[in-house]
Amino acid sequence: MQVIVSVNRFNPKDNNGKYWEDYNLEIEENATVLDALIKIREETDGSLAMRCSCRSAICGSCAMRVNGHARLACNTKLADMTDEAGMIKVEPMTNFPVIKDLVVDQQMFWDKVKQVSPWLQSEGPEPKGEYVASNESMNQLAGVMACIMCGACVSDCSVMEVDKNFIGPAALAKAYRFVGDPRDSKSVERLGVLNEYSGIWDCTRCYECVEVCPKGVAPMDRIMALREEAISVGYGDTMGARHADVFSDLVEDSGWLDELRLPIKTVGIFNLPALLNFAPVGLRALVKGKMPAIFHHNVPNVQNVRNLFKRVRNDQNKDG
Amino acid sequence: MLEHDVLVIGAGLAGMRAALSAQETGANVAVVSKVHPVRSHSNAAQGGINAALTDRGDDWNDHAYDTVKGSDYLGDQDAIEIMCSEAGQELIDLEHMGVIFNRDDRGLLGTRAFGGQQKARTFFVADFTGQAMLHVLYEQLMKSSIRVYEEWFVLSLIIEEGMCCGVTAFEIATGRIYVIRAKTVIMCSGGVGRVFEPSTNALIVTGDGIGQAYASGASLMDMEMIQYHPTTLKGSGVLITEGARGEGAYLLNSEGKRFMETYAPNMMELASRDVVSRAEQTEIDQGRGVDGCVYLDLRHLGEDLIRERLTQIVDIGQDFAGVNIINEPIPIRPGMHYIMGGIKTDVNGRTNIPGLYAAGECACVSVHGGNRLGANSLLDTVIFGRRSGVHAAGYASEQEFTEFDVQGYIKGYERKLQSIADRQEGERWAQIRNDLGKGMDQYFGVYREENGMQILLSRIEDCKKRYEKVVLQDRGTIFNTDLVFTLELGFMLDCAETIVRSGIERKESRGAHSRTDYPLRNDKDWLKHVVVSKTDNGPQISHLPVKITKWTPEERKY
Ligand SMILES: Cc1cc2nc3c(=O)[nH]c(=O)nc-3n(C[C@H](O)[C@H](O)[C@H](O)COP(=O)(O)OP(=O)(O)OC[C@H]3O[C@@H](n4cnc5c(N)ncnc54)[C@H](O)[C@@H]3O)c2cc1C
Ligand code: SF4
Ligand code: SF4
Ligand code: FES
Repeated sequence: MQVIVSVNRFNPKDNNGKYWEDYNLEIEENATVLDALIKIREETDGSLAMRCSCRSAICGSCAMRVNGHARLACNTKLADMTDEAGMIKVEPMTNFPVIKDLVVDQQMFWDKVKQVSPWLQSEGPEPKGEYVASNESMNQLAGVMACIMCGACVSDCSVMEVDKNFIGPAALAKAYRFVGDPRDSKSVERLGVLNEYSGIWDCTRCYECVEVCPKGVAPMDRIMALREEAISVGYGDTMGARHADVFSDLVEDSGWLDELRLPIKTVGIFNLPALLNFAPVGLRALVKGKMPAIFHHNVPNVQNVRNLFKRVRNDQNKDG
Repeated sequence: MLEHDVLVIGAGLAGMRAALSAQETGANVAVVSKVHPVRSHSNAAQGGINAALTDRGDDWNDHAYDTVKGSDYLGDQDAIEIMCSEAGQELIDLEHMGVIFNRDDRGLLGTRAFGGQQKARTFFVADFTGQAMLHVLYEQLMKSSIRVYEEWFVLSLIIEEGMCCGVTAFEIATGRIYVIRAKTVIMCSGGVGRVFEPSTNALIVTGDGIGQAYASGASLMDMEMIQYHPTTLKGSGVLITEGARGEGAYLLNSEGKRFMETYAPNMMELASRDVVSRAEQTEIDQGRGVDGCVYLDLRHLGEDLIRERLTQIVDIGQDFAGVNIINEPIPIRPGMHYIMGGIKTDVNGRTNIPGLYAAGECACVSVHGGNRLGANSLLDTVIFGRRSGVHAAGYASEQEFTEFDVQGYIKGYERKLQSIADRQEGERWAQIRNDLGKGMDQYFGVYREENGMQILLSRIEDCKKRYEKVVLQDRGTIFNTDLVFTLELGFMLDCAETIVRSGIERKESRGAHSRTDYPLRNDKDWLKHVVVSKTDNGPQISHLPVKITKWTPEERKY
């Protein structure tokens, strides 16, 4: 198949600014965008800079914009992207400074990730063995752990574009990973930070991040789940009308039944002393009511999980 | 002056584990990596990590036995005992750091079956175990005060007075060359995958650290032991995890028959990797393949299980083979996957050069011997990463920084890189790299023999000559990947040569090293390691005995 790959190029050392360069090449039908770029780099133009490594959508190196939207070059089929003239347009991600060609500076991206204290903070002495937690509670985190930190969501986030302070979809999804982790004991503090300006309430729910994420992390849904959790632990009161708006939005929102949005932490952990001698997780303070070892759709009646949780449960039960 | 007590090269699982454990002792630690830590190749590990948890009725002795047998008795049993006995605690430590391992009905860590083992003892996170572990270790790294020299490419080790005392490196974004001084250096630079074409390995896996250590006088061991993974996609070489067979997938030949019945009637698809890869290659060679492949069939597992536990390979099948694995069998072939050999170390990561340690895939302790069991590599990276971190920090605490001519090293490399950039006529790295890789695939495949390996050796020598004249197209300083690939190729050629020389040396078939001209294992003459070191007269081969503690060699049957 004959294609024209049009690449938006830039090298700070020459004085050309940003410009488009077209590469014509012959490549097999099922080639990816990355295959094409590698072919260019190896056969025509060794000065073309990009990052890539795994070729299988797992290292997060090769995010770039293809025909105007952020994607991984390595899991994007060339043939799906070319226009009638056989052309595709490839550019570096937006919302990142460009170092050269398709390579962007990710310092700010990582600074924002660091802003959410992205490490597990458990309470009390560690158990001798593993923390005991339901498979559901771990599995539902697998969705966010699948994030490869590629930056595609940040590139296309409509708020990031206007507000550089916004923590952004990737970092907030990362925050969810801890707030949602039954082993973490700092969710209230975390939510306090996320509740501030530039945090969870800055998202306009434009859905871009969900659409471009190559790993199905659905950052926006995580942000909504964080909002719900923030309200449930009492932060909602401080945000006034803004919250009220969102709140009523959410009430109408069928998204309640969306697993991604359930504050799973409270579902995930169950009665530990009954199980061998494993020390319980820090969260046990929360879970006063006993959970049987069968825990599927049975939300425990937890003290400081408020009315919202009850609604969650009701809806869940309705769902069967 | 950039200086640290402990400098770790590489930020994969081995590197980050080493850095964290060194820092816990109070040492000043830094990590240097040519890619951002979470881009490291450890990401790719899908299947899981092995550990025998005693409170689950497993016994680490059984795990050790399976490992010894898997290694075709070439693994050093003292090291294997350490790895297997410490595995349980290490796994729990990882869980405490935050890894979201899959759980069983009781909320405890759950397991899946993996090849070559009597018991299901592979712990996992869906089918992205490596990624889940790598990102959690990076979380810990962010929490720590460990400095990371990100996207810095290490050029060479600095050896003064016979001791390793730092590295020269260049910052890819600016092209600037630096010396980082260190009391100890831990090499955690990963394997050699791209020396072969195709390979399951990421494009950055180019044997840099093995090449650098070798150039500095470190001994390499078991280099001929290259593992072919039984299930890789044709063409791209992308891997389908062994977890697929662990969950019950079948291997079928062109007649639709589960051919493993012939080769491993007990363990079937879950026999050791070398056994399964040979079986597939034999089926293909004898005309029962389809277009150079056999089939992996998951259909009977059902959509639910596949979607929960093998999510990533649904995508891989779709994206890279255009196959929906839920409804169709997927064509696969054995593909280059892993190097069991590497920089020779003791059980604390020490090499033969004072101040230089090594851990992870670039090292050879040797716990994998002739054949690595699936899910034992992640274990190797964290166990020996941790151990070398602790020991390197201990050694550093008794050591002063060595004084040397820092500017001399920087100037020397500036001249060297300039002279590469000045060349006007010659080939580019890509052609040479491709010729090298194809040659390795052809003559150092699942089966090897003397003639082919000799042809390969002369091809490598030819590539080396061509490499002397390699030219750049990018002569700039900013993010010059043309230069990076060129430098990598130099290390790849050295790795290739040591692999092939070791392969020619071992005149028997053991583990992954299957020679058609010496088809049998020969314990009398070859129950020993092949070691290769660089001397002024070129590579020199020697041997080391295998350490045997309690498992005497016997015939391997699965
Ligand atoms: C597709 C695939 C699936 C696998 N699945 C499993 C599995 O399920 N279970 C299992 O146990 N094992 C598995 N393995 C093997 C395992 O993933 C690797 O052996 C292991 O992750 C290697 O880790 P490492 O830390 O040694 O090296 P890597 O993760 O490769 O890290 C190497 C580091 O060194 C750095 N580096 C290299 N050269 C330089 C240089 N010149 N300058 C600066 N930095 C440098 C890199 O930037 C990188 O950070 C799999 C391997 C592959 C390819
Ligand atoms: S939904 Fe929110 S976080 Fe996602 S892209 Fe839109 S504004 Fe950004
Ligand atoms: S959430 Fe998705 S798009 Fe954003 S960084 Fe993670 S994987 Fe990439
Ligand atoms: S190359 Fe790794 S994500 Fe594309």
